[in-house]
Amino acid sequence: MPSAPPSLQTVPVTLHINGKRHDLDVAPWTTLLDLLREELKLTGTKKGCDHGQCGACTVLVDGVRINSCLSLAVMRNGAEITTIEGLGTPERMHPMQRAFVEHDALQCGYCTPGQICSAVGLVAEGHAESRAEIRELMSGNLCRCGAYTNIADAVEDVLNQQQKAAAE
Amino acid sequence: MKRFDYLKAGSVAEAVSALAAHPKARLIAGGTNLVDLMKYDVEAPGLLVDINGLDLKRIEESENGTRIGALVTNSDLAYHPGINRRFPLLASALLAGASPQLRNAATAGGNLNQRTRCYYFYDTATRCNKRQPGSGCDAIGGVTRIHAILGASDSCIATHPSDMCVALAALDAVVEVEGPNGRRDIPILDYHRLPGETPERDNTLSPGEMVLGIRLEGEASPRHHTYLKLRDRLSYAFALVSAAVDLKIEDGVVRRARVALGGVAHKPWRDLEAESLLVGRVPSADATDAFIARLLSGAKGQGGNDFKITLAERVIRRALRQAAAGTPQLQHEKAIA
Ligand SMILES: Cc1cc2nc3c(=O)[nH]c(=O)nc-3n(C[C@H](O)[C@H](O)[C@H](O)COP(=O)(O)OP(=O)(O)OC[C@H]3O[C@@H](n4cnc5c(N)ncnc54)[C@H](O)[C@@H]3O)c2cc1C
Ligand code: SF4
Ligand code: FES
Ligand code: FES
Repeated sequence: MPSAPPSLQTVPVTLHINGKRHDLDVAPWTTLLDLLREELKLTGTKKGCDHGQCGACTVLVDGVRINSCLSLAVMRNGAEITTIEGLGTPERMHPMQRAFVEHDALQCGYCTPGQICSAVGLVAEGHAESRAEIRELMSGNLCRCGAYTNIADAVEDVLNQQQKAAAE
Repeated sequence: MKRFDYLKAGSVAEAVSALAAHPKARLIAGGTNLVDLMKYDVEAPGLLVDINGLDLKRIEESENGTRIGALVTNSDLAYHPGINRRFPLLASALLAGASPQLRNAATAGGNLNQRTRCYYFYDTATRCNKRQPGSGCDAIGGVTRIHAILGASDSCIATHPSDMCVALAALDAVVEVEGPNGRRDIPILDYHRLPGETPERDNTLSPGEMVLGIRLEGEASPRHHTYLKLRDRLSYAFALVSAAVDLKIEDGVVRRARVALGGVAHKPWRDLEAESLLVGRVPSADATDAFIARLLSGAKGQGGNDFKITLAERVIRRALRQAAAGTPQLQHEKAIA
């Protein structure tokens, strides 16, 4: 049975991105990643594999880290989205950004926005305590430069700071 | 990606009738499998039915058991206190799968219905009976490292890639579905199917049916369980072979043994007759040998995956030992317990 060709209509979507409301008309096949990068020019979020295999596209949706390459923008109507641009600025860095700089947790930097968003998500989830847990729960972010040791150091540092602050 | 129409379903009834009315409709939940396949044009739905607005996000616990809504994310399920208390095996299997980001998006219903990772299924330039019925199977005689050693057919040698489903198989879960003819329950062991002559069908859902939830009865072993997964790297990779084991041990004797294997067949693999060889005995190397001999008696390699037969033996041996000792595998702990 031949079905009618798709109507090629856009769908109205409201997203709150880095604290700012965006009312958009989105083609339903647009991924959240392509919307951020191509339409809103928030190019901090990177496209590595486009297939969920590298983590470069990690953003926070309602505070939870996901791969933006495997999510359609229409599926996230109404959500709060935080990208690397929303975490901090060079003048006012997020503690995780500062830790990445201090621990030299990057080389080329391509994976870094995804690593940092992922690490912020990890801390919020509250399931990592040991180094082994940090490594396992950061395994969704690949780094082709192999900066893993320093990345784990940076995340561990922020977790320790948090634990200290909580104990005081 | 091919263009498609989009429908945000407001109710289960609306989703089911859209599925039934459009032969090329697909449900989308977390999107982590479907969007991937759409980018390769392996899936090209004419209508995408977004079920994320439906009220299927709850985990309900009662005296009799636990009901997991189809839209509960893999992360929420894995860290749920009740699941960790009653079914720690399920939590462990979930945490062995994919990555934290993927688990945050992936849903129970989507995990159950994810498609094979067979390289040829993904590559539209090759022949694949699952993707295009009747076209042939380029995996047979091709690169078969990840393919099945049990229950394969001349039409398809693919495996089911899920970790969650292996634990569900060991726990005798029940899948609740709804379709044009109403609601029904499908025991997990009947949910996924062997490829036979019709590998295009992964499972026994009828056209227009969708999953509403998954039920688990009672409680499983709090101590004598393990989910052991061997793969090409220590995290963020699909299983080559995995085993979910749940033992009930009283006075040192095995009263119930449930063992499901992943990565070896078109569905999570269980053999109830083989399991009976473990029951009524103290856990021992002899009992394990008898179990393995029976369970893998029909195992057949395809060349590139012959190693999986030996690997499966070793995985079962180690998993049974860990479960009997009450030292379940922690997914961040890569050492052998
Ligand atoms: C890089 C990568 C690595 C991965 N590694 C692992 C791994 O190690 N172990 C593992 O188990 N998984 C792994 N996965 C797979 C992941 O678990 C699945 O993609 C996920 O569980 C699918 O859930 P979803 O909600 O995103 O499904 P979707 O992509 O939304 O849907 C998947 C399929 O299920 C159907 N569907 C969804 N909901 C329902 C419903 N309620 N009723 C009927 N049909 C439905 C859809 O129509 C579609 O066909 C990996 C994925 C990626 C991308
Ligand atoms: S094994 Fe199955 S999925 Fe893979 S190419 Fe053959 S028919 Fe397709
Ligand atoms: S770009 Fe999304 S995971 Fe690689
Ligand atoms: S710093 Fe280059 S990929 Fe990670």
